[in-house]
Amino acid sequence: MSILVDGSTTFIIQGITGREAVNMTRECLDYGSKVVGGVTPGRGGRDVYGVPVYDTVREITSQMHVDGAVLAVPPAFVRDAALEALDNGIKLLVIVTERIPRGEVAQVLEYARLQGARVIGPNCLGIISPGKSKMGGIGGPAEDTRKAYRPGPVGVMSRSGGMTTEISNALTAAGLGESTAISIGGDAIIGSTYAELMPLFEADPETKAIVIYSEPGGPMEAQLAEYVQRNGSRLPVVAFMAGRFMDAMPGMRFGHAGTIVEGRQDTAAEKIRRLTEAGISVAEEISDIPKLVKERLGEVA
Amino acid sequence: MRFYEFEAKKLLARHRVPLPGGGTAETPADTRRLAQELGGPVVLKSQVLTGGRMKAGGVRFADSPREAEREAAAILALEIGGQMPRCLLVESKAAVRREYYAGVTYDALAKLPVIIFSDMGGIDIEEVAREHPEHVAKVHFSTLLPVSDYKAKELVRSLGVGGGELTALTTIVTRLARAFVEYDLTLAEINPLGQLEDGSFVALDCHIDMEDEARERHAAVLEKLGISKDEPRQARPPTDFELRGAQVDAVDHRGVAGRVVEFDGDLGLVIGAGGGSLTIFDAIRKHGGRPANYCEIGGNPSVRKAAELTKLILSKPGVDKIAVLMNVVSNTRVDIVARGVVKGVVESGFDPAEKIAIFRIPGAWEEEGFKILRKYGVEYCDRGVSMSEAARRAVEKTKASV
Repeated sequence: MSILVDGSTTFIIQGITGREAVNMTRECLDYGSKVVGGVTPGRGGRDVYGVPVYDTVREITSQMHVDGAVLAVPPAFVRDAALEALDNGIKLLVIVTERIPRGEVAQVLEYARLQGARVIGPNCLGIISPGKSKMGGIGGPAEDTRKAYRPGPVGVMSRSGGMTTEISNALTAAGLGESTAISIGGDAIIGSTYAELMPLFEADPETKAIVIYSEPGGPMEAQLAEYVQRNGSRLPVVAFMAGRFMDAMPGMRFGHAGTIVEGRQDTAAEKIRRLTEAGISVAEEISDIPKLVKERLGEVA
Repeated sequence: MRFYEFEAKKLLARHRVPLPGGGTAETPADTRRLAQELGGPVVLKSQVLTGGRMKAGGVRFADSPREAEREAAAILALEIGGQMPRCLLVESKAAVRREYYAGVTYDALAKLPVIIFSDMGGIDIEEVAREHPEHVAKVHFSTLLPVSDYKAKELVRSLGVGGGELTALTTIVTRLARAFVEYDLTLAEINPLGQLEDGSFVALDCHIDMEDEARERHAAVLEKLGISKDEPRQARPPTDFELRGAQVDAVDHRGVAGRVVEFDGDLGLVIGAGGGSLTIFDAIRKHGGRPANYCEIGGNPSVRKAAELTKLILSKPGVDKIAVLMNVVSNTRVDIVARGVVKGVVESGFDPAEKIAIFRIPGAWEEEGFKILRKYGVEYCDRGVSMSEAARRAVEKTKASV
């Protein structure tokens, strides 16, 4: 098992003819993902590595059921593309685009909630269920993706796309592997937070532990800590906190848009304290993560 | 991007939020003229992009134009939080009967904007929320419909405010929320929102932050406020090195080589991207290294961009070596970065084998990248060596050569 995507998941790519999206299409197809169509207005009738391109989402959804959409359109077109996908019944949106103002992100997420749809991102690399499918650029070319990701018991959630792969690679090298790895996005407001994805991992029998990559800024780590404490989660959680140096430099912007520290409670030090208090193991180094996961798995068994 | 108070007030004036009479002055003589025009006692406020002005002596009062001139000279010479004032805001000083607080921001968990209101204004709202939670009320509002007055009305009413005060405050809070939405703000705060002796309300002080990503779409308004496109508005003014870093990013549209921040150390960093840079910077410091800079390179930059960034970093006095470190990359080609960095080192007149302490970028096209590095005798490693271990090796090498 896995969460959100598996071998049968069908999806489309909006903005499929863009330079990066063309590469992503190739990588997904090579990995075995079911990319059933692409959309770029004015480019209908062409194809990208054999994937038919349409002018509208409806031309695809009127022919077949589509599970998801990857949005790889420029920031100014994301809201429109998201509403088009949602209005045509697509229930899983992965928004790759970065630099979308918060007001528009909030609009998309509010509308998605009304439609009962889930959003991953924005500013993310997507989702991978190793050996089954990947939805987005996560892991890069299929050959590289196979080096970093293997099927296994660990659910990974990360605010950094690149670090999703770095951490998964460390788990894979240690013989662990991942059930599903999700690049949740680096923005201040994202479609799915750690705590919001936890129930999905809880319900997945293959997932036995969780690893998260976190950063300063925002209330998401505190929300996860509270979730774990309140629900007595069956899944041990291991966290890695980057950006500890930022605590000494308030107001300066480093890393993702979401890392801006607005109060004492969103510093790295305070988050580490809060996560630890909730029984979450905080790794000092990426290379310590597999060992901590194994220890915690032993604890559970 | 943070606004100066005088800019924030101009923006709110566009939404008809009531403000005290006043204007800006750049010299003591200007201040005196303005105080004369306003008549009566005035308040003089240093225009800096930081809090704590009152404590630092950046806000002063004057009863006469002559006194205003004298106080202005003192404030204009006063550095606050590392910043010299942009100018002075000179306003009529009115007798205030009561102080309220009104603010709008995003709630990242509800994923909606939230209005916060308090009948205890003039102090830090987080402190009020902690010490007197019964004096703070909050309400979320939808981003799909225009902001409705009733949201503000319910909010203000929930703290027991009624009568003419309720209707006046409802109008101001609604206008603040509308300005928040219209200008893509991330914070719009009036504190204190003062009620004067005659019962009317004015925004005595305010704090506004606009989303960096939205600056372009509001270019026309920003131009009217006198905010240029290139003004970075960070917590401290950019250094010359940082400005040159921004130019490197602009050499072409491929990839990013952004967020160059200058530090004092001897180890130059070519690192990427968002999360990877944070992780590597921590690791360098943990192993006792002294970074010369922070940066984020990624998104498949061109050879030229990587070379220019390398040259910039090597041009910084005191930089002994550079470390090229990234997490396992998904959409950046290792060979392109390798070629760019080597090119930058050679063009700076150095030997890559000596100047590049270590190269650790695993991922797409790594074999081609490693081939280039072998040719130049550069130490490199693949995913078998952790980011932290690679950082440690770079620090050791830099220490050994000093």
